[in-house]
Amino acid sequence: MTAPGRTRPDRRLLLSGLLLGVGAMGAIDEIVFHQLLHWHHFYDRAGGDAALVSDGLLHAFTWSATVAGLALLADVRRRSAFASRTWWGAVLTGAGAFQTFDGVVDHKVLRVHQVRYGVDLLGYDVAWIGAGVVLLAAGLLLLARSRTPTADR
Amino acid sequence: MTGVVLAVLALLALLYVLAAVDVRWSPLRTASWLAGLAVAAAGLTGPLAAAHGDLRAHLAAHLLAGMVAPVLLVLAAPVTLLLRRLPVHRARAVSRLLRSAPAQVLGDPFVAVTLNVGGLWVLHGSGLLGTVAHSPGWHLLVSVHVLLTGWLATAAVLTVDPAPHRRGVVARAVALGAGMAGHDVLAKWLYAHPPAGVTNAEAGARLLYDGGTVVHVVVAALLWRQWYRSRAAVRAAVHTTQPAGV
Repeated sequence: MTAPGRTRPDRRLLLSGLLLGVGAMGAIDEIVFHQLLHWHHFYDRAGGDAALVSDGLLHAFTWSATVAGLALLADVRRRSAFASRTWWGAVLTGAGAFQTFDGVVDHKVLRVHQVRYGVDLLGYDVAWIGAGVVLLAAGLLLLARSRTPTADR
Repeated sequence: MTGVVLAVLALLALLYVLAAVDVRWSPLRTASWLAGLAVAAAGLTGPLAAAHGDLRAHLAAHLLAGMVAPVLLVLAAPVTLLLRRLPVHRARAVSRLLRSAPAQVLGDPFVAVTLNVGGLWVLHGSGLLGTVAHSPGWHLLVSVHVLLTGWLATAAVLTVDPAPHRRGVVARAVALGAGMAGHDVLAKWLYAHPPAGVTNAEAGARLLYDGGTVVHVVVAALLWRQWYRSRAAVRAAVHTTQPAGV
């Protein structure tokens, strides 16, 4: 049960925001970094087979998350349980968590691919992971503020 | 060989149309069945199937016969139509078959998706493709196998027809996502390691990747639409039996 004076966020509302945040990040990666900037490629010889597996997994995961997130959002709206601050908080949290994970685990720990090739990476890595952390912090802050009874709707 | 395939497909079209005549049956389902068979015919017998050393043509045929056709055939709900048209004792035998242990195993979305994507990996990863590509008989056999396992996987995920052991939407969505991941990785792997003796390998791999994404997203959308609709029914039932909302 929830503590008095605090509203319990709808579980599907939260999940929908998180999934669509992940999906949005995947779409931004494909549109901005693959199609517009051409920093990322369909296949990077530098990455080898590990990059291939991780790219394929992330592509399937972000698309699946997008479709599932939209269905959950439709259900939330049908029940009139939509609360915009909670939902945007969850979207930013999902996007930030995904971006941070990609920057830290894929780029630095597993080293499957990099933000850009042929340049000094430090600035790019700081910007990439920094953007993820900022998004994540903003999302968590919004979620925390949305839990006060007067904040939403 | 082509004649036999076309004759079988034409027979399937005829049987379905005859079965749908006297029962109240959505014309959309009939259209879906006929379109599915037409797409299967294009993938199994058309110029795409004849262009053996061309990986792009091979994978275009695979997309049609192994992915697009199964979705259309599943949406046509052929087993539901069969159960309606059969005499009661025969229909009972069919539903006993659907409830049997082998059907339960094969109809599990994780098993069905693994059979489908695993088969593709064996075909493309083992050099078998080179052998198959130059023998029309083997090529047809493999294409039919791709159609049937694609159909099984799509049916297990979407469960349009009666499915006594149907898994929840999350399990089916995860199975579909896992299949999509396996498919994506295979497409990229083919791009990076094109099989010996084929042309247009890179274009083919891109086609498999992009086309696979479109079909998988459509199947995911159909699956979640089904969930969205079923939630309305669940909620209506809950409201009539319980005073407080859940």
